[in-house]
Amino acid sequence: MSDIKKRPQRGGPGFGPPGANMMMAGEKPKNFKATLKRLLAYLKPRRARLTVVFVAAILSTVFTIIGPMIMGMAITELFEGAYGEIRGVPGATIDFDAIGQLLLLLAGLYVFSSAFMYLQQYLMSTVAQDTVYDLREDVSAKLERLPLNYFDQTAKGETLSRVTNDIDTIGTTLQQSLTLFITSFVTIIGITVMMLIISPILTAIAISSLMLSVFVIRPILKRSQTQFADQQRTLGELNGHIEEMYTGHPVVKAFGHEKKAIHKFNETNEQLYEAGRKAQFMSGIIMPLMQFIGNFSYVLISVAGGILVTQGRISIGDIQAFITYSRQFTQPVTQTANIANIIQSTVAAAERVFELLDEREQSQEAKGASLTRAKGAVAFEHVDFGYGENPLIEDMNIQVRPGQTVAIVGPTGAGKTTLINLLMRFYELDAGRITIDGIDTRDLPRGELRRNFGMVLQDTWLFNGTIKDNIAYGKTGATEEEIVAAATAAHADHFIRTLPDGYGTILNEEASNISQGQKQLLTIARAILSDPPIMILDEATSSVDTRTEILIQKAMNLLMTGRTSFVIAHRLSTIREADLILVMDKGRVIEQGTHSELLERNGFYADLYNSQFAKTAAS
Amino acid sequence: MLKILRNLKVYKWLVGMVFLLVFIQAMADLFLPTLMADIIDNGVVLGDVPYIWQIGGWMLAVSAFGAAASVAASYFSSKAAMGMGRDVRRQVFTHVEQFSLQEFDEVGTASLITRTTNDITQVQQVVLVMLRMVVSAPIMLVGGLIMAISKDARLSLVIIGAMPVLVVSILFILKKGIPLFTEVQKRLDRLNLVLRENLTGIRVIRAFTREPQEQVRLEKANRELTDVSIRVNKIMAFLMPVMMLVMNLTVVAIIWFGGIRINNGAMQIGDLMAFIQYVMLIMFALVMASMMFIMVPRAAVSANRINEVLAMRPAFQDLGTQTADRERGTLEFEHVTFSYPGAEEPVLSDITFRAKAGETTAIIGGTGSGKSTLINLIPRFYEVSAGSIRVNGVDIRDASQDEIRSKIGFVPQKSILFSGTVADNIRFGKQDAEPYEIEHAATIAQADDFIRSMEDGYDTYVEQGGSNLSGGQKQRLAIARALIRKPDLYIFDDSFSALDFKTDSKLRAALEKETREATVLLIGQRVSSLMDADRIIVLEKGRIAGMGTHEELLRTNKVYREIAESQLSEEEIA
Repeated sequence: MSDIKKRPQRGGPGFGPPGANMMMAGEKPKNFKATLKRLLAYLKPRRARLTVVFVAAILSTVFTIIGPMIMGMAITELFEGAYGEIRGVPGATIDFDAIGQLLLLLAGLYVFSSAFMYLQQYLMSTVAQDTVYDLREDVSAKLERLPLNYFDQTAKGETLSRVTNDIDTIGTTLQQSLTLFITSFVTIIGITVMMLIISPILTAIAISSLMLSVFVIRPILKRSQTQFADQQRTLGELNGHIEEMYTGHPVVKAFGHEKKAIHKFNETNEQLYEAGRKAQFMSGIIMPLMQFIGNFSYVLISVAGGILVTQGRISIGDIQAFITYSRQFTQPVTQTANIANIIQSTVAAAERVFELLDEREQSQEAKGASLTRAKGAVAFEHVDFGYGENPLIEDMNIQVRPGQTVAIVGPTGAGKTTLINLLMRFYELDAGRITIDGIDTRDLPRGELRRNFGMVLQDTWLFNGTIKDNIAYGKTGATEEEIVAAATAAHADHFIRTLPDGYGTILNEEASNISQGQKQLLTIARAILSDPPIMILDEATSSVDTRTEILIQKAMNLLMTGRTSFVIAHRLSTIREADLILVMDKGRVIEQGTHSELLERNGFYADLYNSQFAKTAAS
Repeated sequence: MLKILRNLKVYKWLVGMVFLLVFIQAMADLFLPTLMADIIDNGVVLGDVPYIWQIGGWMLAVSAFGAAASVAASYFSSKAAMGMGRDVRRQVFTHVEQFSLQEFDEVGTASLITRTTNDITQVQQVVLVMLRMVVSAPIMLVGGLIMAISKDARLSLVIIGAMPVLVVSILFILKKGIPLFTEVQKRLDRLNLVLRENLTGIRVIRAFTREPQEQVRLEKANRELTDVSIRVNKIMAFLMPVMMLVMNLTVVAIIWFGGIRINNGAMQIGDLMAFIQYVMLIMFALVMASMMFIMVPRAAVSANRINEVLAMRPAFQDLGTQTADRERGTLEFEHVTFSYPGAEEPVLSDITFRAKAGETTAIIGGTGSGKSTLINLIPRFYEVSAGSIRVNGVDIRDASQDEIRSKIGFVPQKSILFSGTVADNIRFGKQDAEPYEIEHAATIAQADDFIRSMEDGYDTYVEQGGSNLSGGQKQRLAIARALIRKPDLYIFDDSFSALDFKTDSKLRAALEKETREATVLLIGQRVSSLMDADRIIVLEKGRIAGMGTHEELLRTNKVYREIAESQLSEEEIA
């Protein structure tokens, strides 16, 4: 299915069960400080907005914190008035003017608090998303500058995951968690101060019950983390099995493996049930336990507060205020406890993105020479090359005159793409030089060099767009007529016109709405339109039907005439008629020469030729 | 959604327990403020410290009771939800395993996978959350209201007034926001697509020097995603402030009107404080209930997708009872016609041929000529529309599918391997195979050499989908897997395409000995690989356009000659 590795994510709007964040044991970044610093640098362009966000967050929190205090004052006012009246204290009555004023003030505070909260989140959405945008832009610009060996060596899913999942993690943290840190921090300090003002004794009670809850929750949290990891692992195992059995369905059926598949499924499914049940139970009791401890401190506060009131040390409204505070206290504390995890996994994600950004880039462009349209003479002079340590090509020399055909022959996996990599300078040589019309390819800007090459390979690459755009890919600003002409020359016009939208047909994501052979015809049309002096072709046409194959062959022959061509050859006629044959095995060029020269030599080529064609030639 | 929830029936006792326990817990939560009111009104006001202690003790007992109920509820709810998830998953998987390829085509493999994995997990998660929190919301809501009304009915009007404001504003914001989340997902997919194209097509992009244009395409996708993300976050930014504001202002209103009530002597101060707690509980329950409006529709989509799969019936039944051993090594097609369901034209019409033991039959033809469909009919992956197919002289509908398939060694076009060792993969063809049988099959399939050159030999681990092997290696293992069965009928669907010439010819030579008493059916693209067959069938548009040996067809069949001429040089044809 998708090759994006699924890392545990705190993504999206987050309507999941509360506490889910706590379940994730964060991965640890390698260099925390440097990465964090670099990440913060990305926020720099937005520091003005960010400052406003911080100020708004602090103000909104402060207003929220003052709220219960004033509410307490209003209640005290109410209480004293009411009970004064009952006890018949002379002149005692509820002072509705004072209460009204306090309540108006309270309402005002709440309105402002909400307004600032909105302002803060509103601004943060642009701050977060713009930062993420910049990161993605940097990464995509980076991808264009990376040498090809990066792409050959790194799994696609890995790179994709860095650009999507990791950057997403950063975005979510910025959007949801950053301001939460600030407000939590301010809340903790603010509430502590307020509670201390009201009553140090009650504060001591509230804080010690909080300590107690940390003490109780910790081991449970730890256990539930391992159990969650367990559940995740089993789920992965089960999903892997499902994926495998479904994609291999015909084989499973053909070999009568359904029962075994179901048996294994049931086993893993049962394990998943056990693991899931335990994990969910553990995570499920965290909330009630915290609630109980909350209630516990609520009771203690009510009792102690009540006693303090009877002693006249605090007022009745203070109890109300204090209860509200202690209720608000737990949440920011658990959030801050979580901060470490979130920051850690965010920095780890940022680190992976920065690693990508720090990959070695391809060497600088040369500006010296220029080659608008080559005649097509290609030479390898004392070329040495290897991927990493082991050399594949040593002291290779070939001379190809304009218009000649070079056939590359060898068993599958012989490393024929290596030659392409070198010709088009996707990889750099270790020694020697390759020249086009006598110019060293390293003296040319890469774009200019590559414009002189056309490529028709077996793995066709088309993009999710119209057929017209796909053909025109090779030539910016190609006209409608040119496109149709190229398609006609590539024998693709006919099938294109049978499609429902003709040239406007949009190829879907896997381009599975046309056949493999038709895709190849399109890539040929694309090459014809770009009209390069040098062609690189792969004759292999597996999973192409015979009729289409004939068309492809014809189109390729047309493409080769009048151009220097490097052909990864599969048919005898091409090989025999080639001006030069390069025989490759295990990634090395082991023999070169013309057909007759190589046969005479009686080496690998002769062997290959006999094993392949002897039988057919004999019959 | 309801249909899926019916699976909870098995767990009705558990679910009942959850309801009961959640109810107890809710009652405990609701009882606490009343007790606190007593502390204030009867204890604090009167200065009765022992009373305060006594009620405090009660409060502790009540909250401990509530917590215990809640823990127990968590135990039962996780058991019920996870159990339901397990059951549904098992049902779906077992059901899907019965599907023929026809059903797979209909739903699509990728979609079936998501339905069995993500969709079920999604539903399971929602059921869990519902059991745990959403169940308590209505209880809290109703209980809280009753308590509030019992404390002071007229003051409760404030709550009744505030509730719709809260619910409407939450729903309004969510209604604006949720569709945008879908849009965010769409644009994220788009960005992923463009990125993926850039990674896979890097050679082509660079060859055509299209880097600048690709940059623009990426930037556009990035910009679009950023824009809609900002929009959605700006809308969601309303949610918290609005909720807080409504709650806080309600409390302010309660104090004001409560003050008036106290002034009138209709209410005590402790009741007012309890009342404020009730407001908080009620509002919180409302927020929870609103969440249900988001979660349930989401889960309902998944639930429907699951139900669709469960509702599908395999297009045909496996009812045959005969054993397929009347004429070993024979294959017969008799006027076989096949159409895909809903298709206007048949893919195959009137196919008739007969192959005897020791014979090789090759099929050649263009895309859409029906080659692969033809061989997929033999193991009864699809059901013929008319005519009959006989394996070993027995109509494939008269024997069980297992029986028929046990006679066939099938090598598909795409070499599908499974995670496990190399030996496991070969043993897939014969579960009780001895080591020497495995090695023998591998040797014939020309796989023994490369297997031994690998670090762990036959115990080398094959990754999922065989991603650590080359195409040629995978193909050879797939062939060995078929060989080990020693079947009466071999089917090779273009199965040598990834092999180089040398390996190909060695393999053919070795196969010849192995298949002497069986029928071989071969699909190929290249004439040179088929020309030795005893019988070549030329398929065109689902009909047999010609049948005979290479020489016969060259002489008599125009289609065949055309194909041959394009692939072979003059001397090779002759």
